[in-house]
Formats: sequence, C-alpha cells, structure tokens
Amino acid sequence: MRHLLVILTQDMRLARAEAGGVLLAVQFFAIGALIFPLGLGPSAELLGRLGAGLLSVMALFATLLALDRMFGQEYEDGSLDVLLTSACPLWAIVLGKSIAHWLVTGAPIIVAAPLLGLLLQMSNDAIAGLALALLLGTPTLSLVGAVGAILILGARRGSVLLALLVLPLYIPVLIFMVGAVQSAETGIGLEAHVSILAAILLFAAVLAPWASAAALKMVGEVG
Amino acid sequence: MQTFSTTGLCGARGDHWLFEDIDFSLSPGDALLVTGPNGAGKSTLLRILAGLLPAADGHAEIMPASAPDSTALHYLGHANAIKLALLVEQNIGFWASLGLIGGAEKAAAIEQALNSFNLLELRDLPARFLSAGQKRRLALSRLLASPAPLWLLDEPTTALDTASTALFERAVATHRAQGGMAIVATHQPLDIPSAQQLHLGDMLSGAA
Repeated sequence: MRHLLVILTQDMRLARAEAGGVLLAVQFFAIGALIFPLGLGPSAELLGRLGAGLLSVMALFATLLALDRMFGQEYEDGSLDVLLTSACPLWAIVLGKSIAHWLVTGAPIIVAAPLLGLLLQMSNDAIAGLALALLLGTPTLSLVGAVGAILILGARRGSVLLALLVLPLYIPVLIFMVGAVQSAETGIGLEAHVSILAAILLFAAVLAPWASAAALKMVGEVG
Repeated sequence: MQTFSTTGLCGARGDHWLFEDIDFSLSPGDALLVTGPNGAGKSTLLRILAGLLPAADGHAEIMPASAPDSTALHYLGHANAIKLALLVEQNIGFWASLGLIGGAEKAAAIEQALNSFNLLELRDLPARFLSAGQKRRLALSRLLASPAPLWLLDEPTTALDTASTALFERAVATHRAQGGMAIVATHQPLDIPSAQQLHLGDMLSGAA
C-alpha cells in the first residue's frame, strides 16, 4: 500500500514537472470537441444530438494520447528496471500508474466535458448523464490502457500499435457511455447503462492490474 | 546476513548461447568482478541475476530470502534511471521512498547519498543540467538511498573521472564492510580488493 502511494506521488510530481504534462490531454479533448462544429455546421439540433458521441469518442482519443508515456519513458530511461527490481509489488506499480494517468487525463476531462456539452447545445439532462458516464467510464480506460501500454514496450511505432490494440477494448465503454446519455435525454432513466459501466469498472479494477502485472513480467524477456 | 549463489546458470539471447554452468557463491562482504570482451554476456548475466531476464538454465538465489517489503538488490544498468525533469535531490528522494524510507531517516539517507558521490552542490539542480559523469554519479547514489544486501553493477564507472571512480570504490568498500555483496561487470581496472573473478567469453561460441 505504501508502495502504491510512492508510485502515485512520483508520477504526479513528474506530470507537474514536465511542461504541459497535466493539461495536455484535456487541451486535446477540448480542441477536438471544438473543431467538430466547424466541420458539421452550426445547427443546434444536429450538434445537440451528436454531442454525447463526439465528446465520448474524444475522451477515448485523449486517454490514448498520454498512454504511451505511461510506461514508455520508464522503459527507455531504465526506471522500469529499478521498479521491477525493487520490493514494490507489480500490482502497486500498475495501479499507481493507472490512477496517476486517470488523475492527469480522466479527471480533467470530466470537469471540462459539461462546459463543452453546453457549447455543443446538449440538454442539461444529457450533460448530467455524460458527466456521470465519464466518471465511471474513464477509470476503466486508464486501467485497460495500462495493459496495452506495457505490451507495446520495445516495439517500433509503439503508439500506433497501441491505438490498434486498445481502441477495440474501449468499445464497450463507449457504447454504454453514449447509451447512458441517450437514455438520460429521452427520460427512460440511465440506471441500466450506468450500472453496466460500474460493473465494467469493477471488473477492470480487478482484472486489468493482474493482466498488466503478467505483461510486466514479460517485458524483460523481449527487451 | 544473506549469501548469494548460482548453480549451473546458463544464459542465452534468442538461440545464441552466451555462457553456461556459471557457479559462484558470495558470502557477506564478498565481491565478484565480471570481465570479458564485448558481447560476452556480462550484461545478460547481470540482468538474469537481477531477475529481469529468465535464465536459460540453472538458477540464482539469495539465501535466506529477503522479507517481502525489503529491497533484495540494487541493479544499475547502462541506463541511469534518472528523471531529467526532477531535481537531483528529488531523484534520490524517490529512490529512498521506493525502499520505504521516510521522514527523518529519508532526509539522512539523501544527505549521505549526496555526500558520498560529491553531489551536495548540485542537489537543487534539475537533473537535465548534469554532465554525463555527474548523471552517472547521481545514478550511483541510488545504491546508498536505500539499503540492499546485493549490488549488481553493469559498467558502473562509465563516464566517471578518476576522483569519482575513487568515490565509487570507497562506496563499494563501505558496503562490503557492512556485510553487503557486490557483483561488478567492468572493462576498467577497478580497485576492489580480494574480489573473486569471473571471465566470460572463452567458454562458448556459435549457436546452440
């Protein structure tokens, strides 16, 4: 448990120390969401209908953006060897880094999404639904993304490979995030979708660190 | 006090066997110098000993095994494992925390690590401003940031000047005097008294 905090603190300190590290993902999220209306036209009705989907897809992309640095830098500068030979358990390395990744990408996105929702003419119900869906969906993205981030270590053109590897795994989260917003909008109630998002998160919280730890064990063998 | 030994250790990269049947045993205070030409498998041996690579055959173990929360070994590879965006002091602080050292003990450990490798004046500098030799000294200071019975050092004195090499030799001597063990792969003549020798490179050649 103390190791988990050590890893988390170090990653947050690194994110702060590197220029633009903390806000990079959310800036990408915002600029992406703002560019869509320029392509789709200013029709309020159209944007309101597409808003939830646009913001959810942008959230996936923004998550992906910071993912290859999650372990990539550690791998290149030798820090990963230090972590792996320390007494720090593998699950603590993975979970600490996943939480740090979420704090730097997922959390700011949740804050920014309602504002962007307003800009995209989404209804208040839809915006509230989106915020809740992102709250439950983005941690899953970080946890599952960690597995992919480890698997691509040592590969050339790793970040492209990472997108191909991780985006298909993000599809269920995307579907239920958008589903939650739609059902909130139509007044059916979003409990069903939100429950499934929560269930996916619980599964990911248990299984993803385990899978990541298994992947970490193999890193040395290919490197 | 722990001992470290290998039995019938073999190493390979892909299908290419580098060495086989390496047997040695280190008692507290012992050191082992690993020498051999480029490509002889020195780095592979150290990575296997660190547990970062699987052995092709045989095994290595620390007896008795370290407690789950204590660091069994420090591995220093070619990469310095330094975070360039952080200060010198913050780098050492992280390594101390990783060894679960906190509070006043941590401050003392940082001070000692800085002092032993003559880094006190650089403590508030971002690591990206350091020269190659200074970075190597910072990497070496990790050995002192938290205690571990076994040091695995791969070309530790790369980029070091003679004065810094002497600091390194003194750190190894102190570590051994406290009952620690060290395995050092090197090309340079190092003053590590009464060390065991292991020469790789003339045992095997060609593919298996």
